[in-house]
Amino acid sequence: MRYSWLSILTNGLSGQSGWKPAWRAATPKPAYDVIIVGGGGHGLATAYYLASQHGIRNVAVIEKGYIGSGNAGRNTTIIRSNYLLPGNEPFYEWSMKLWEGLEQELNYNAMVSQRGILNLYHSDAQRDAYARRGNAMRLSGVDSQLLGRDEVRAMYPFLDYDNARFPIQGGLLQERAGTARHDAVVWGYARGADRLGVDILQNCEVTGFLREGDRILGVETTRGPIGAGKVGLAVAGSTTRVASKAGLRLPIESHVLQAFVSEGLKPAIDGVITFGAGHFYISQSDKGGLVFGGDIDGYNSYAQRGNLPVVEDVAEGGMALMPRIGRVRLLRMWGGIMDMSMDGSPIIDRTPLPGLYLNAGWCYGGFKATPASGWCFAHLIARNEPHEVARLMRLDRFRTGHLIDEKGVGAQPNLH
Amino acid sequence: MRIPCPYCGERDAHEFSYLGDATLTRPDPAAPDAPDRFFDYVYLRDNPAGAHQEWWYHAYGCRQWVKVERNTLTHAIAGARLARDARDAAGDAAGNVPGDAP
Repeated sequence: MRYSWLSILTNGLSGQSGWKPAWRAATPKPAYDVIIVGGGGHGLATAYYLASQHGIRNVAVIEKGYIGSGNAGRNTTIIRSNYLLPGNEPFYEWSMKLWEGLEQELNYNAMVSQRGILNLYHSDAQRDAYARRGNAMRLSGVDSQLLGRDEVRAMYPFLDYDNARFPIQGGLLQERAGTARHDAVVWGYARGADRLGVDILQNCEVTGFLREGDRILGVETTRGPIGAGKVGLAVAGSTTRVASKAGLRLPIESHVLQAFVSEGLKPAIDGVITFGAGHFYISQSDKGGLVFGGDIDGYNSYAQRGNLPVVEDVAEGGMALMPRIGRVRLLRMWGGIMDMSMDGSPIIDRTPLPGLYLNAGWCYGGFKATPASGWCFAHLIARNEPHEVARLMRLDRFRTGHLIDEKGVGAQPNLH
Repeated sequence: MRIPCPYCGERDAHEFSYLGDATLTRPDPAAPDAPDRFFDYVYLRDNPAGAHQEWWYHAYGCRQWVKVERNTLTHAIAGARLARDARDAAGDAAGNVPGDAP
């Protein structure tokens, strides 16, 4: 059914009895043209674009738990395209453009809100770095504004401008950035893919791969073997665990990132603000909770929960930025598993095994990439060649030295 | 998370900084296949879900490198040894221990 004001009105008058499930509970077929492993945002977006852009509709999405139960449901919902390097910026800008048309395309309210992101700078050197990044964005046709202290103060008068150690000098603003409702993105893509014929198989874990020599012919699952012409992995967080079943050893470590939400408050912060002297980012959800986070914990982990040193560090960042949140009570905190690549940038590429495609290494920035990740991964799988905006996100770049290292910290995942 | 430093006793993880996988051995740069081996050493990881051997540096304590076995699924720590004791026990070549003189 198509969602519209009319469908809301008729269902409102008929006791909300006319709504149907947004996607089918599919049973596995013996074989598909394409199997996508991973029912998060990236996997479902890939399936949706395979069907809608490339006409490949005999597709299954296989998910170990329920869709959106991994990092798609655990992130801090920020969308932006304020990157520096040529390997990243065109890709994230394409994602931003897809976000801007997503709700009309999917006929689903993903609550995309372009409320702007402001990255604060606290020193002359940091201003220079942000000016460079802003200019790099403009060279790629992306909006950016370098603001001075007074302009930032006019936007957010409550920040601690005269902090003794980290006085705020200004910020880099991307007005088109913002937030989106993470669960709705998953549900919207799932519904869109399902309507085009994609089977979504939940509670179905991949336990191995069907292969003939090096060629991948399908997957073994807890619901039996399923054949496939091509298999795509979109299981960021668990990439090593799944890829190792095919014998692949990858430039990825799994780390834990924590996120936090406060009790609901009246509207207080109308955009996304990041603290430049530490690692702290904050926005306010439409329900009123302050949604914030900081660094990854910094050690290998699959535990989906973190430890107190980072909690303290995040709280200190928040207090240095806006002391007035000091008396706000924390409502919830949680952890997700990050696919930390060795240069801090993702991988969308073929693998050495014919028939197996890899979408991985999203570090802690995968949510904003969801539409373009699906778009480019679908392009790669359908045409067996990389999409223009993702052509540098190669798996072999670590061997050839063509790294995409935004922070320039080298092969030390806990520093990205 | 608390790490049992062999020198200082059990201390909060806050006092330590993390380097990573302790099963990697720095290749011989003079070997003919050194570029391939360095690619493996620098970039590829087993990244196990379960027992993980890893290096921690007790920065705010005794300033020793410690080799810790920790479960990445639960964060439970099975044991910790000073890096040089672990090296001596394993008979590893110099260079597999952070902070070792070359």
